[in-house]
Amino acid sequence: MFANFDWDVIIRSLPYLFLDGMRFTIMLTLMATGAGIVIGTLLAMARLSNIPGLSHVAGAYVNLIRSMPLVLVIFWFYFLVPYIGQWITGASRPIQVGAFFSALVTFTLFEAAYFCEIMRAGIQSIPRGQVQAAQALGMTYWTAMGEIILPQAFRNMVPVLLTQTIILFQDTSLVYVISVTDFFGAASKVAQRDGRLVEMYLFAAAVYFVISLAASYWVRRLQTRIAIIR
Amino acid sequence: MSYNWNWGVFFQLSPDGTYTYLQLLLFGAGWTIATALLAWAIALSVGAIVGVIRTSPVPWLVRLGNAYVELFRNIPLLVQMFLWYFVLPELMPQAVGDWLKQSSNASFYNAVICLGLYTSARVAEQVKAGILSLRSGQRMAGLAMGLTLPQTYRYVLLPMAFRIILPPLSSEFLNIIKNSSVALTIGLIELTAAARSMSEFSFQVFEAFTGATLIYIIINIIVVAGMRWLERRVAVPGFISMGTPAAAH
Repeated sequence: MFANFDWDVIIRSLPYLFLDGMRFTIMLTLMATGAGIVIGTLLAMARLSNIPGLSHVAGAYVNLIRSMPLVLVIFWFYFLVPYIGQWITGASRPIQVGAFFSALVTFTLFEAAYFCEIMRAGIQSIPRGQVQAAQALGMTYWTAMGEIILPQAFRNMVPVLLTQTIILFQDTSLVYVISVTDFFGAASKVAQRDGRLVEMYLFAAAVYFVISLAASYWVRRLQTRIAIIR
Repeated sequence: MSYNWNWGVFFQLSPDGTYTYLQLLLFGAGWTIATALLAWAIALSVGAIVGVIRTSPVPWLVRLGNAYVELFRNIPLLVQMFLWYFVLPELMPQAVGDWLKQSSNASFYNAVICLGLYTSARVAEQVKAGILSLRSGQRMAGLAMGLTLPQTYRYVLLPMAFRIILPPLSSEFLNIIKNSSVALTIGLIELTAAARSMSEFSFQVFEAFTGATLIYIIINIIVVAGMRWLERRVAVPGFISMGTPAAAH
């Protein structure tokens, strides 16, 4: 079965796969996670706020994004981002944006909807009495959120947020549909150029497997550590 | 915005000369639903078996089940699609490989199997959680009444476990519908692919994607309503459903 398995093609393309491909994947994952958590937390606060219009808008956004497949969302933003750029900058024609920026906007806004639901659960896990106590002490909404609620909510949700980040890491492979060279895109380019589909796809699968498995074990260990401290 | 909206495009004839763009999208939706339903059948049956053996008292079965779940959960769906579609036929004996590659609707069957097994690992996780959430007394009582272990699962543990995990299972079902869009990478013209090709032929990009988005939302609403009905239908009086919705997508 592996008689004519060509290991050499993997060795030869390692620099391309990791320095170009994996760097893109990791950068996209980390930046989209960071920005997604910030926007997701703001969305969660909006969903839980008493301002009726605001909570409805945030809720509608989250439900809309969550009912769409990621592939469709990638297509949406791929074509929409140039128009949004034109609208923001006031340019006369749709502005050109790079593949990385387009992918970053897509994944940030997509993941924000999922991070929103996680942070909403986190905020709701804090006993109501703490909010009332903060108000009784004369804290403003933002002080109470920033000093009391969010640090605890964030801490409670760290394992879930990290698990979602691992999912995001795997999902970034879907930028393949807009021909962006992430790790998997790089593997598939080499595979098609050298006619070595079996080697490259198996290698890519193995790399994703090892990274995701190691990360999820680490998250599980972290979870028990946090649980013991509390 | 310098974009020319034309909502009438849905009723224009597509380049194939027989069907309108709206019909193309609906055909795509049909493939999406067919893929999701068949894959769901695989996911539920395999997922139930793997979930059960992970709670069995046999250590090597538990390890096998755990390995299965880790394998399918830690490789991106897109990569799994490619492994099934491009790599598997190459690793088969020549005749089998050629037959796999040349069979009609190959991408459809590939998508169904790939999506089914991918989701089965997630279903197995839920089934295991459901069984473990039952009091251990239930298993002991079943065995004490003289039921064999398989009978205990069949008549005591699983009926309750499945009711408990119905909410997370319904969000897995929504996920399988959305995930079927990944099959466009291996050439299945499901809903997202249909919208993509409509946008390429008609140049009405945003109308095409709006159409697809609306169809996905409608499918979502129908599934959610159906699942709520099912939950009420199978509810055991005195038990409140206590599953937690999965964050995965």
